[in-house]
Order: sequence, then structure tokens, then C-alpha cells
Amino acid sequence: MNISIIGGRVIDPASNTDATLNLHIKDETLIAMGDAPNGFSADQTIDAAGKIVCPGLVDMAAHLREPGHTAKGTLASETLAAAKGGITTLICTPDTEPCIDSPADIEFIHRMARKLCQARVLTAAAMTQGLEGKQLASMATLRNSGCVAVSNARRPLANTLVERRALEYASTFGMTVFLHPEDRHLKAGGCAHEGAVATRLGLPGIPSAAETVAVARDLALAEHTGARIHFCTLSAGTSARMISEAKKAKLAVSADVAAHQLHLTEQDIDGFDAQCHLEPPLRTLQDRDFLRRAVADGTIAAICSDHQPHEPDAKEAPFPESQPGLSGLETLLALTLRLVDEGVMPLSDALARITCGPADLLNLPYGRLAEGLPADICIFDPEAHWTLASESMLSAGKNSPFLGWEFKGKVTHTVFNGHLVYQAD
Amino acid sequence: MTEQRIFMNEDAILNIIDGMARMLKERLAKNGIEDPAMIGIHTGGAWVAEQLHQRLGLSQPLGLLDINFYRDDFTKSGVNPLVKPSTIDFDIENQHVILVDDVLQTGRTIRAAMNEIFDFGRPKSILLATLIERNGRQLPIEPSIVGLQPPLEKDEHIRLEGPSPLTLTVNKSKKRRTEKPTN
Amino acid sequence: MASQTQNIQLNDDGSLRHFLTIEGLNKNILTQILDTAESFAVLPGRPIKKVPALRGRIITNLFFENSTRTRTTFELAAKRLSADVLNFNISTSATSKGETLLDTLRNLEAMHSEMFVVRHNASGAAHFIAEHAAPGISVINAGDGRHAHPTQAMLDMFTIRKHKGDFTPLRVAIVGDILHSRVARSQILALNTLGVTEVRVVGPRTLIPTDARALGVHVYHDLEEGLRDVDVVIMLRLQKERMDGALLPSEEEYFQLYGLTNDRLACAKPDAIVMHPGPINRGVEIDSEVADGPRSVILEQVSYGIGVRMAIMSMCMQKHPSAGDES
Repeated sequence: MNISIIGGRVIDPASNTDATLNLHIKDETLIAMGDAPNGFSADQTIDAAGKIVCPGLVDMAAHLREPGHTAKGTLASETLAAAKGGITTLICTPDTEPCIDSPADIEFIHRMARKLCQARVLTAAAMTQGLEGKQLASMATLRNSGCVAVSNARRPLANTLVERRALEYASTFGMTVFLHPEDRHLKAGGCAHEGAVATRLGLPGIPSAAETVAVARDLALAEHTGARIHFCTLSAGTSARMISEAKKAKLAVSADVAAHQLHLTEQDIDGFDAQCHLEPPLRTLQDRDFLRRAVADGTIAAICSDHQPHEPDAKEAPFPESQPGLSGLETLLALTLRLVDEGVMPLSDALARITCGPADLLNLPYGRLAEGLPADICIFDPEAHWTLASESMLSAGKNSPFLGWEFKGKVTHTVFNGHLVYQAD
Repeated sequence: MTEQRIFMNEDAILNIIDGMARMLKERLAKNGIEDPAMIGIHTGGAWVAEQLHQRLGLSQPLGLLDINFYRDDFTKSGVNPLVKPSTIDFDIENQHVILVDDVLQTGRTIRAAMNEIFDFGRPKSILLATLIERNGRQLPIEPSIVGLQPPLEKDEHIRLEGPSPLTLTVNKSKKRRTEKPTN
Repeated sequence: MASQTQNIQLNDDGSLRHFLTIEGLNKNILTQILDTAESFAVLPGRPIKKVPALRGRIITNLFFENSTRTRTTFELAAKRLSADVLNFNISTSATSKGETLLDTLRNLEAMHSEMFVVRHNASGAAHFIAEHAAPGISVINAGDGRHAHPTQAMLDMFTIRKHKGDFTPLRVAIVGDILHSRVARSQILALNTLGVTEVRVVGPRTLIPTDARALGVHVYHDLEEGLRDVDVVIMLRLQKERMDGALLPSEEEYFQLYGLTNDRLACAKPDAIVMHPGPINRGVEIDSEVADGPRSVILEQVSYGIGVRMAIMSMCMQKHPSAGDES
């Protein structure tokens, strides 16, 4: 199938492109930017006039729930939601049931995703067997099966020695290690940022230090081992500062932040809103602003969805007993564009954080528009206003604190690997 | 929606209370009741009771009843924001009691008041004295002593305002909830 | 969102529907509760100690956390209002076996209960139940996690008013484990709403929550300084398990630093009263001489608990006045 996308404003942050260009796709590949090659005839032409054409989004962290938690979401439902969100590449977390710690687990997911053909699903495989934090997983075998990183999700490692060994072993094979910095002792059963709001609501708090202590420890071990580490879903401004300093010292370190952390704060949990029960917790306005600056200056190179769909029951409980997380695939682009509207960063930089930014961290050939690459393309109407409603969400999880929010910038078409996988009504 | 007119001012009201006091004395003598106690129903009944209590020179302290929690429409109308504790500083048991209210209409307030009195003990007898008796009875309750029986239309509501000066006002309305629906 | 907290507790006409937290309630409502409680405080002196106000109504005590004391006072309060009382003690392990909190709630609603008195170990549980309760059902918070225990706070306010009359000039010190105390949170809100001059919290930093000042208090770490010139001293119970989590070294050291003795009480005003939500740990947070002494009003607090809870229950059980309700 040949597709031409005509008349759109093409923005490709990877190549610094911002121009009105036509794109031409043959089968799975973007074959031309500009004039159509001789003899090319499009089976389908998409009129992108007035729209922005950018690389398909790359999401560093999505909990896709299958296998094991299919009441919350399935590969089918969540990749469909991804397509609606303009996301063409997802890195799924290993905390499924069973967890992704063997080649068979990886192959199952990759095979299912290929069959569904709605988005590219890549895997961050388990760093320790069963994610139990004790015994190293067979990282080399997992890498050969196609995982792009190893991670222990949000499960703790038994001790710093296990972490040291895991970093050393992963670096033997040049693998990136995803770390969710959190000191479980300081977390101490908390469910909200330890600050004025949690104090007033009597919610057990998670101090910022639960994250920064872990970041400091992980940076020390990264320096010691020379491993390539990536911090997932930061929440504390101080963490960003520490990472910035580590980068100046030439450590192989990177970081991402969940889109919602750049918009919500501890104030949003007032009234015990379980939709705002998140891990890591929403912190202060100062933290949010610090994270925004770190995203703008590139210290944080990726914005992810940290997508965690839930069945309704998971949130239908008193705040501390509700399950943390939000369904974020369908708001990743809109929340990122909102940063542009709020003057945090220019459009091209914002798009970079959800396209080539995350792709480059893992040396993936995605999140960019170039002749000869797989045709992963997101087309959105930058002026379209829309309101998030649970009825219109495609994710199985309707759990979002952004329900009822009005957004500007709406995906109209998503092309994944040369296939038109989503088209707005 | 509502027209309000002054029906009677304090001087006239006190005159009526003088008359009630005389009638009460006669009735007590006739019944052979000595040393009765008096209880006024919060709020208007208590004002009338204070006047009667003085005029009769009763030895027992005046009792005060707030019948809010005994009302049969409690969960419909809720607590009157001005609820006061009921204070009865004498022993009800075997006591002759004069119960005083301002306006007798449906009889529900008196029903509630008598229930409350019985929760303090078993009185020997109860006489009911009311400043105003009007039509609209819903329960078989009759006053022993009545100050005045004014002719009133069905949609007219009479109420005693006070404590100083005491004034009787009449409100005429299509459909209006009065502050104290069970007269 | 703070306004949401307010709205959920109040009917459209501003009257009470639920009683979940002091937050969002104004001085008038708190004063009305105290005034109404006065009418019930006289009941124990009567031969018949109950009123018929809630005859035929069903009130359910829904306790997910064991507390015989608190449950009994609510039960007695309900019975003195002539309501029928159902008691459910539900261990959280039972609900974790599949039946959700909402399932439990729906089952009890089917029994025509019109009021739930809820105690739960999760902060926000009473709000959650109130948000999901059918129309015409009221929820009273009998303690949720560390969040709120508003009926206890109101009976404390009732006790303070009995002794001090006006709240305006008062300085009040709350001493002990503020961090874990739902009672303290509700007391602080109630005292500030009623307009006291100053609320102080006193304790070691491990027991004072982060950003405590945001609660509207002054923080003291020295007991004698914290007690200087106060009119009311509220001692909080120190749970034994606080010794486990490295919060405190020992009961002995705690008593040495924060235990209320007669000597220390001398720092407060000569007519200062001593309160405690109970049950007291003699020799841990309070010396027996003080607990049983002339300044202690601890037993009064217990006796006022029923009348204050009756006031709150009866105010919440009022329905929207129905049209056509004629005199």
C-alpha cells in the first residue's frame, strides 16, 4: 500500500526539519520527503494541510498488562490506544504476570504485537529473576531475544550488592539499565508526597528523599561500574539537579519523566482523588517547575506516559487502598503540547522529548523522519480542541486525572510501519 | 407572597394574660389543686408562661421544654437551629402541671410536649393553657384555659414574637413554611 | 478541590448531611453542634434518658478497625435518639477476600440503613463511602487513618467551652504524637475555626508532620516552652508500637521530655485544664497525679461524648423539608 501525506507542516526534531513537505510511503518505508519519486502512485492520499506531521511517538514506559492482568488491559486494547495517541513505539515494562524474564516471554509479546500491527512493542526485560531482586536474570539471552533494556520495574532490589552486580553484568553486554529510584525504607508505606497536603489529609507520606537517596546511590554505583543507566519517571526536582551534575561529570546517565508530573502537583490529591494516586507521587509546584526546566534544557531527554491502565475497581477504594497509576497513552502528546502553550519550551524541542529523544537513548532507529526508515508518522491538528472523556478512551483503563480537561492538539492520523492504524472521525 | 400585619400589641396581650391568670386561679381552686408547677414550651409558650408564673406566684421554678427532638416530623424538618435544653428543675412525679403554649393549632406540639414531660416522670395531672386557640386541630387535644380565639382564614398564620415587646402577628401566604410548623 | 470537600458534607441549604471532617465547616455550624449538644447533655439527669427523634430509623456502625469504646458511644448516642442500631465489625482481611468496600456498602444499604458511622484505617475512607452512598444516606466519620476524627474533636470543643466559655482568647497546646493523630488534625481545625488565639503542637520532630505549620499551628519541641501561658493542654496517646519504628528511643525518655507532670503543668495558666482523648498511658504521656488531679477534665470528655454525637447524628439525619408540610 502506498500512501502520500500532502501539504502538512513536517517537523522532525532529529533532523531539525520544520517545513511544508509531502511524504511518500511505499509499503513499510518512508521513501521520499518532498516530491514523489518517479513512477510512485499513491493508493491513499492524506491531506495534511493545516496539520503538523511528525515522527510517530516513542513511549519509554508503558505497562501493557498482558500477560496476567488482562482485566486492566491487553496488548490489543493498549496498542489501539497508543495508535490513537500517535504513539508508534512502546517500551513495555517487565512487571507482567508472569514477568518478562525469559526469551519466551519476550517472544510472546513481540509476536502478539506483530500480529496486532497497531504499534511497535519493545520490551524492557527483567533485571532479576522473577523481579525478585535477588538473582540476576539471563540478561545476555534476553538481549539476544530482542529486549532493549533491563529493568526491575518498581520492585526493589535486595541490596546494593545486587544492584552493583546487575549494573556490572548488564554493562558487560552494553545494555542500558532502567532504574526506578526509590528507597523502600524511606517510602515506608507512604502513598502521597510528604508535604503540606498529605499532612493535612493525614495520608502517609513519601518524602522526596525516598527518590533522591536512591538517585545518589544509583549514580555512585553507575560511576563505579561504568554502567549505562537510565532513570525512569522522576518526581523530585533535586533528582534532576543531581542527574544534571552527573552528566557534566560525563556519567552515562539519562532520565525521563512522566507527562503528568509536568502538570499536576500534590494539590491535585485534595479531596482524596484516587485518580491522582500515582507512583512516584505528585510533588510540589517547585518540583514540577524544576522538572519542567530539566525537560526544557535536555537534562531529561524523554517524556513518557508511564501508562498504567486499571479496571474501575482498582480506583474504587479509599485513596491509600486504591492502586496507583494512570492511563496515559492518549494524553501523552496533548500534555507535551501543553508545555509549548505554557511557554516551557519550543514545539520542536517538545516533540523531540517524545520522539527522537527517547529513541536516541536506546539507539533505536525510530522517532525520526528519514528516507529509508520505517514509516512511523503522527499527524495532528495543532488547533483542534478536545476534552478527555472516558467514553472516548480506547485504553481498557479509563483511570485518568485528566478526564474533563480540555486539550489543544489532536491526533488525526497515525501511520505505523506504513499502515494507517488510526484515523480520527 | 406574604402579607404581614400586627394583630395585637403588648398591652393587649398582657391584658389577655391577666384574664388567663384569673381563669387559672379559679380552675385550680375548683379542682382543689395546690402548689402546681408550670412548664412553658420553647419559645413563645415560655414567654407566656413567664407572665403567668409571676401572676400566679408559683413556688416551683418555671420549667422550659424544647420539644424539637420529640416532634413527629423531626426527620422531615430537622433540628431548629435555636434548639435549647429542656430544663425542669422540679420533680414531675405526682406533680400537678400547667403546660403553657402560645398558639394551639394542630395539637402536635402538645402531643410532643406531653411525651417529653412523661420522660421526666408521671405527673398527677396536666392543665393546658394557651394564649391563642385557633382552628386546624389534627389531634384530639383541647385546652383547659384559652386567652383568645381569633377568627382566622385557613391560609393565615398567627405567631407570637418577643420576648420584649410581645407582639402577635398574622401572616397570610399561599404556601409558606413557618419556622415552627407544629403549633 | 477543597470546595468539593465542603460540598459533599453539606446539603444545598447549607445544613449538614455528612460529618467527615471539620475542614470546610464554618463557625456557625460548629457552634450549632455545640448548642444542640447542650440539649442532650441534660438527658443523663432524667429518668428516661432518650428522645424519640430518630424512632424507626436504622443507624449502622461500620467498623473496619476495632474500637469497642468508640463504637459503644456511637451506639449509645444512636439509641438515645431512639434509632435502631446495627453493628458491623469488618476485619479488613475479610474485605480483601474479594468483596470490595462498595459491595459491603451496597449490602448494608439494602437493609435500609440511613446512616453509616464509619471507622477505617485508611485516610479518606469516610469520604470515599460518602461519595458513593445513595441519596438520603448520611455518613459520620468515626476515625479514618490519620486523617480525621471530627466527633472526638467536637466533644473536646464542648468540654473546652464548658470550662472556658469564649474560644477567642484561648491558647491551646496539643502534646505528643501529632504525626499519626487524626484527633489532633481535627482538633486543630476546630480550634482555628472557632477562632482561638493560638494552637501549638509540642513534640519531638519524629512525631511532628512535615509542613505542620500549614495546619495553622506553632511548633514547639520543648514542653515547658510549649505550655507557657496556655489555657488548655491536650495530651495525645502515645501508641506502644511507636517504639518499634525508630520514632522514639524509649517510653522512659519520652516521659522525661514530654510527659505531663504537675511541675510542668505549672508553666501553663493557673486555671488551665488538661484533656486527653483516652485511653491514657499513665507514666508515658501523663503522670497519674495530673490525670487524676483537679485540672484534669478527662472523664468529663468521656461523658460529653454521647451528647455531642447525638447532636451530630440528629443534625445529619434531618432531611430536606418536604413541600406541603403544614402546621
